[in-house]
Formats: sequence, structure tokens, C-alpha cells
Amino acid sequence: MTLWFVFALMTVAAIFAVLWPLGRGSGGSDDVAGSQAGEVAVYKDQLAEVERDLAAARIAAPEADAARVEIGRRLLAAAADSDVPAAKTSVTWRRAAAVLALLGLPLVAIGVYMPLGSPLLRDFPLAQRERGANMTQSLENLVVQVEQHLEKNPADGRGWSVLAPVLERLGRFDEAVRAYRNALTYNGESAERRSDLGEAISAAASGVVTAEAKAEFERAHALNADDPKANYFLGLAAEQDGRKDDAAAIWRALLAKAPADAPWRHLVQTSLVRVGGGTMPALSDETIAASKDMNEGDRNAMVRGMVERLASRLKQNGGDVDGWLRLVRAYLVMGERDKAMGASTDARQAVANDAERLRQLNEGLKTLGLDG
Amino acid sequence: MIAESGHYALVLALALALIQSVVPLVGARLNDAALMNVARSAALAQLLFVGASFTALVMLHVTSDFSVANVYENSHSMKPLIYKITGVWGNHEGSMLLWVSILALFGGMVAAFGNNLPLSLRAHVLAVQAWIASAFYLFILVTSNPFLRILNPPIEGRDLNPVLQDIGLAVHPPMLYLGYVGFSISFSFAVAALMEGRIDAAWARWVRPWTLVAWIFLTLGIAMGSYWAYYELGWGGWWFWDPVENASLMPWLAGTALLHSALVMEKRNALKVWTILLSILTFSLSLLGTFLVRSGVITSVHAFATDPTRGVFILLILCLFIGGSLSLFAGRATALKQGGLFAPISREGALVLNNLLLTVACAVVLFGTLYPLAMEVLADFKMSVGAPFYNLTFAPLFALLLLAVPFGPLLAWKRGDLLGVTQRLLAAGVAGLIAVAIVWGWAHGGSTLAPLAIGLGIFVIAGAVTDLVERTGLVRLPFATVLQRARGLPRSAWGTAFAHAGLGVALIGIVCETTWNSEYVATMKQNDVAHVAGYELKLDGLFQRQGPNFREMIAEFNVSRNGEPVSVMTPSKRSFTTRGSSTTEAALLTRGASQLYVSLGDVTNEGAIAVRIYHKPLVLLIWWGPVLMAFGGMLSLSDRRLRVGAPKPARAKQRLQPAE
Repeated sequence: MTLWFVFALMTVAAIFAVLWPLGRGSGGSDDVAGSQAGEVAVYKDQLAEVERDLAAARIAAPEADAARVEIGRRLLAAAADSDVPAAKTSVTWRRAAAVLALLGLPLVAIGVYMPLGSPLLRDFPLAQRERGANMTQSLENLVVQVEQHLEKNPADGRGWSVLAPVLERLGRFDEAVRAYRNALTYNGESAERRSDLGEAISAAASGVVTAEAKAEFERAHALNADDPKANYFLGLAAEQDGRKDDAAAIWRALLAKAPADAPWRHLVQTSLVRVGGGTMPALSDETIAASKDMNEGDRNAMVRGMVERLASRLKQNGGDVDGWLRLVRAYLVMGERDKAMGASTDARQAVANDAERLRQLNEGLKTLGLDG
Repeated sequence: MIAESGHYALVLALALALIQSVVPLVGARLNDAALMNVARSAALAQLLFVGASFTALVMLHVTSDFSVANVYENSHSMKPLIYKITGVWGNHEGSMLLWVSILALFGGMVAAFGNNLPLSLRAHVLAVQAWIASAFYLFILVTSNPFLRILNPPIEGRDLNPVLQDIGLAVHPPMLYLGYVGFSISFSFAVAALMEGRIDAAWARWVRPWTLVAWIFLTLGIAMGSYWAYYELGWGGWWFWDPVENASLMPWLAGTALLHSALVMEKRNALKVWTILLSILTFSLSLLGTFLVRSGVITSVHAFATDPTRGVFILLILCLFIGGSLSLFAGRATALKQGGLFAPISREGALVLNNLLLTVACAVVLFGTLYPLAMEVLADFKMSVGAPFYNLTFAPLFALLLLAVPFGPLLAWKRGDLLGVTQRLLAAGVAGLIAVAIVWGWAHGGSTLAPLAIGLGIFVIAGAVTDLVERTGLVRLPFATVLQRARGLPRSAWGTAFAHAGLGVALIGIVCETTWNSEYVATMKQNDVAHVAGYELKLDGLFQRQGPNFREMIAEFNVSRNGEPVSVMTPSKRSFTTRGSSTTEAALLTRGASQLYVSLGDVTNEGAIAVRIYHKPLVLLIWWGPVLMAFGGMLSLSDRRLRVGAPKPARAKQRLQPAE
């Protein structure tokens, strides 16, 4: 409310600036006559100046004479053709100008401001930001402290292992790569460290498993053939090379060995579906069995109901990237592309503050064919 | 609330500018004082609102309000306060806001101090100012709005380009803009004169000081920018003939010409039409500079975001104002009253020669700037026009100009005596020749032209001194009289002498730096010693340090000369994590006007570091020259006497040398 009050005050001030000279009436007509004679006045000033200079002995008498003659000549010329037109007062035009100020000015201002401005958004100066901001702040401070410590003790392998994933989460991938390399150097080889390094390298390359990254995963695979991260990324490399069958084979083998509660299980399944090598267990077997007996309309209604429940759940808890991806996919399957786009926008906003999740989300959306 | 109020204030300024561009013109046509006076109050209110808008943006940057996209993209909460403030104009949107703020400032100044202007002239001038302002307000609001918001504000900003995190950003752009935009006043005066169809004495009295103000700021701004590039970019170069540098040099050349032709107009009522044309050209070149920097047609340190819509918009503004004003000129110039006549050998004649050389030099720079761009667009052929081109074209023109500079102030108005002036300049000429001889005998290596150029520099300085000696009667008259005459001398005469001497000083600096600068490039380890120009620099070691938003690697050099310790130099490399880029901070050691310059390269695997060391003799003269010029300009500006250039009566010359 205060904002609109401030806007109103400012508008009134602007209008007043235009109306004020208009309201002063014909008092200005003396001005006109006075300044139309401006040229003559300048020359008269110059003559007076010459006298002053002469009195102060700044110029010699002959030069003063010459100057006087010169100015006099110009003065005569100026006086000859200065036919001062009488000043007029044109009430109609003044009224028109007043109307322009009273109506035109606010209309232009509102007309330009409304599409551009965000009057409902308050200020967010950093000092007033809530704790979330401070926590990230302190996280970055911690990173700086650890970095300073490592500058003095570059051989501290444990320090590098702690720092690397944090850097990766902050989106500083190049530095994360360096940190993982140092961790490898000072802590020794291990499949996990090799595949972590590979992951950071491909993150730095915006998700592309480069030849360099692939070499790391292959080394990790050689150290431990069951390392899930190495296997997953080798599959991804195969997919990015266009060898979809190889990718599917690798991931299938990975799923076969995976423990049932592995947190990455879902990711691998999604990937498998993407390369066309598996089905998506989005609905549990019982639900599918139940839906088999339904007619087309009922089944659609059931699916819709589930989608709506998912949507409302995500509205309250927006941090679930997989949930968002499921929702977007469901909309796409139902042929409602607009809603899918809307949901992906909502999802981006919901996880905008978390770089890692945003990256996951963007990758997921990309595979669904919803770019940017 | 601050963000939205600032945004709305800018919109109101646009609305006011629109009214200001129409109502006063109607008033002038009807000869209605009240309608014409709308221009004044509207211009002042515009200044108020743009000022508020700019202040709002500064506050948003200072409080790190990342809900404003401009702040998010160009600021960082850990940045030192000074860079939070300067960062406001370290980006495209903010610098445009500074641009229009300065435009409004100049408009407001005309409104506030223009009481002695004829009313209709003031109305016209302010209306033209308002056209320019409206175009740029629209440009800002539509294509480069600094007040756009982000719905979910990010927690940290993306930081300012590290190269710009320097005190230079606090000085260089505001000065340069004061120069560029200052020329809008003479442009507005010129267009107003064309629309009114007459130029009177008040016109001439007004245009010169405004041009002078703009010229002073532009001179300082260019010099500051050059010095900044010199110490920040780490190459020790101070002028690259980069298109953006040329974009600032061209208005300077045209503005210098304008300054001198305005002088003729003020004093002698001549060269009116030419002065009008120069006013239009000077501001057109300023606009061209704005276009080059912001449209993305060139890539350089200065090139802001490359957004084609902005380029098209500015191109439209450019065509509208340059095309419009030139067609107005073509249509109306013949209607203007011609001024007084003069002989070819006279002060006026000398100033015409000055104008001729300056405009040709300006045309050369314009050609060198636009030709490669045109080739790239039309023939898809990349080429660069650099120092060799300008050495062949620009340098001879300027040498000719400098040779003529000492003659100008000594010639009398209307009809001069070249032979007499040459006699009086004999001493200065001899001083120049002695300098040539000394430099020739003393210096080893370098171009054969260098001693000649230094002699030319000395001649220009000695010529300026001669002018003062002549006017005060030093040598001929008793000291007390001289002192009195020196005090009585108009400050503009002192200003002329200082500005002209500044040219000579800068020339000497340029020649010395380019001819006798010594360079040492090597990879150094700890305790290695480099020998450059008689100095020994020992690398003591490398250290790490944490700055507010960067990490810094410092190299410490112990500098000694003939075994005597001189100083410690600490060049460094800063890496900025947020932008993932680094800058080199060169270390400078000033000895007299010469400098020792150390900048760091990359660290090799063995812990050695690439180092560039330069010794630059008399390099500081390059910037002292422009400072001297600007000082001369200020002296001249402070001299607000009315000016009239009367010819010297023939008889008087034998009797007494008049002071003015």
C-alpha cells in the first residue's frame, strides 16, 4: 500500500512541475521582451567590460578603442534587425498543456510501468534475508577456511576428500576436479575415488562423459567391477556415443546386482527406460492389475486422480526432483504438453536454490525432450 | 520498495521528457512565455527523478538486493563497498542509467543557470535535450532495464568482471560520460539555432563554456582510461587503437576543433555555420561511440553484452539524430547570417588550419575504425587496422598540427604578421633544435625520427612559454611591471599556454616510451635476479593471500640499483572464484617521470613464474600532458569575462605590446 502511495506522490510532483509555469500566467511576458533583446544586452555588457578593463589598466587605450568600435558595429547590426514580436498568451494551448500533464503524464507512466515493473515484489536486501542465506554464507566461509588450510598443508588427503564433494555441490566443478585429483594423489587409488573424479569431470563438461572422464570410470571399473557409479556412467557414456544397446546391457547388469533399497536404483531404471530397455514401474502391480478390468474412461480417471494427488503433494514439498520428473512425464503421456511445461517451470522454481537438484532436474527434463 | 520506486521514477522521467520535447516548441512557435517555461521546470523535475532512480540503483547494489537481476548479475555480497558502488555503472544497464543521469544533469544545469539566455533559445535547447533523453529512456526501459526483478532471489550474486574491480572504474566512466554527454549541449544549441534560423551573440557565449566543460572531462576521462589499461591489463601498453578507444578519441578530436572554432565565433563572430556543423558532428561521434560499445559489433574489454535488439535500437537512435540533424543543417544552414571576414594569415586563419587538421585526423581515425568493420560485414574478411596505419596517417597530421600550434596564439586577430611571429618564435625554435642535437648525441638506438619528435615537443612547450613571455613583457620590462602584467593577463591566456604545453609534454612522453622502453621477459625462480635498465630485481618468493572476494598470489621483488636497495615491488595475480577468472595486478615503481613495471604470468610446474618487467622512461609524461591540458581548460573556464577579439591597430604595435 505504501508503495502505491509513494507512486502517487511522485506522479503528483511530476504533474506539478509541468503545471507550475503554466499557472504563473502572463507574468512571464516581461521576460520575453527582456530576453529577446538578449543580443543587444550581450554587446552592452561587453562595452561595459571594455571600460572596466581600461580602468584597471588591463588593456591599453588604443586597443580599447578598437574593441569599442568593433562592438559598436555589432551592436548597431543587432539593434537594426531585432524586431521583438509581442509576447502572447494563448489560453487554449495552455489548457491543452495542462490536460496533457494531468491525464497524459499519469497514463504514460502507468502504461509503461505496469508491463515492466513488479509492484508486488518487496525488496530483498541481503541483511534481511532469512537464515537460509546465512547458512550458505557460512558454508562458503568454511570452504574458504578449508582451502586456506590446504594451501598450507597441501598433502592433507583427508582435507581434499572433504572439500571435493562440497565444491561439487556448490557448482565449482573445475575446482572439485582438482580437489578429487589431490585426494587420489594423497589418499591412494580406490574405485570410489576414481569414479568420483570422473563424475566431477563430466559435471564440469555439463554432463557429457568426456574421454577423460570415461578413462577414470574405466580405471574404477578395473579396480572394482561392481562399483555402481562407474557402471552407471559407463552406461551413460555408451548412450551418449549412440550405443543404446550396450548402455541398456550395462544398466541391466547393474540393476541385477543392485540391492533392493539402493538409492540410485530409480535413476538407473529411468535411464534404462530412456534407452528403451525396460519398463517404468510407475504404478505398482496391484494397481495395474486393478486397472486392467476397468474401461477406458475409468482408467483415465484413475490415472488423472493419481497425477493430481502427486501434483498437490509436490506443491507442499517441492524438493522431490524424481516426483517432479514423474509428474512432467505423466502430463506428457496424457498429451497435455502445456501442463507439462507449467510443471517443469514450477519444478525449476521449487529447486532453484539447490544447484545439485537443479542440475538433476534439468538433465531429467532434457531426456524428456523439454529443453530449457 | 526501493527497486520499484526507482523504476517508477525512471518511467516518470520518460513521461516528463516527452512533455518537455513538445510543449516548449509549441510555446516558442506561439511566443507564449508560460509554455516555453515548462521546459525549465520539466528539465529540473526530470533531473530530480532520474537522480532518484540512479540513487535507488546504487542503494540496491550497496544492500546486495539480489531480487534485482542487474544486482544479481553484477554484484557479490563480499565485494568491498567501493566496488559495490562503482559496479552500478560497471555493466550495460547501469552505465546507461548513468548516461541519462548525466544528460539530465546537463539539462538541469541549462535550466537552472540559463536565465540570461533568450527564452525561445532556451526552450528550443531544452526541447532538443528532451528528444535525446526520451530516446534513451525508452532504450533503457525497453531493452536494458536495470530494475527487472527475479521472483525467487538467488542467495549470492555473480560478481563483477574482475578486471573492473579497480578504482579506475570509479573515475574513468563517469568522466568519459560527462565528456560524451556534455557535447549534447552544444548539439542541442546547434539544432536549436538551426530551428530558430538565427545565431546571436548569446549563442556563442553559451556554447563555448559548455564545450569546454565537456572537453575537460573527456580529456581527463581518456587519459584516465589509458592509464587504467596500462596498469591493469598487464601488458604495459597504454593505447591500442582499439575501436572503443578510437570511439572516444574521435569526439575528442572533433570537440577540440569545436572548442577552437567556438572561440573564433565568440570573439570574432565568424565561422558560425562551421561551428554548428562541428557541434552536430561531435555529438554524433559520441553517439557512434555508444553504438560501437553496446551493439556488440566489436569485441573488447569495453563491449557490453551482445544483444542484437539493443544494437538495432541504438542504430535507430543514431540514424534519427545524426540523419535528422544533418538534414536540418543542409536545409537551414544557408539561412544563417554569415559572420566577419579575415585574412588568411591571422588568428582566425590559424584556427581554421587547426580545425582542418583536427577534422582530417578525426576522419582518418573514423576510417581506420569503420573500414575493418565494414570489410567484415560486407566481404566477410577479417582484418585489423593498428599502429602501422595510424603511424603513417595520423602521426604526420599531428606533427603538422603541433608545428603550427605555437604560431596560433601569437598571431593577431583579423590580420597577422607571420614574419614577426616567426622572429618571436626564434628562441623556441632554437630550443627545439638544441633538444634534437642533445638527444641525437646521447641516445642509442631507436628510430631516427625520435629526436626530431622530441625537438618538436620542446618547440611546442617553448612556444607556449614564449607566448607568456611576450604577453607579460618578461626580459624587456622591469620585474614589478611584469608581475603586474602577469596578474592582469586573462586566465584564458594562461589556460591556452598550459593546454598547448600539455600537448608537447604528452608528445615527449609518447616518444620516449615507445622508443627507449626496455623489456625483460623470463621465467624466474626464487632468488633469481633480473637486470633491466640498470636496475636489479631479485625475486624473493611467492606468497598466497586471501582478499575479500578473491585469492591472491603475490611475488615479492627486491629492487636495487648499483647495489643500493631502492624499493620492494609486489605484483600479484588475483583469482576470482565466482567468475572463475583471474586478473594480473602489475606493480609500478615511479622514479621521477619514469616507471618500472612488473607483471606476472603463469606459474610453471617447477614453481617458477613467468615475469614481464619493463622499464618505461618518462612514461608518466603521457598522462601529465592531458592533465596539464585539462588544467588549462579549467583556467580558461574560470575566466568568465566577455570576450571580444579586436584587431590590433597598426600604429599601436610599435609603441606598446598590449596584454590582450
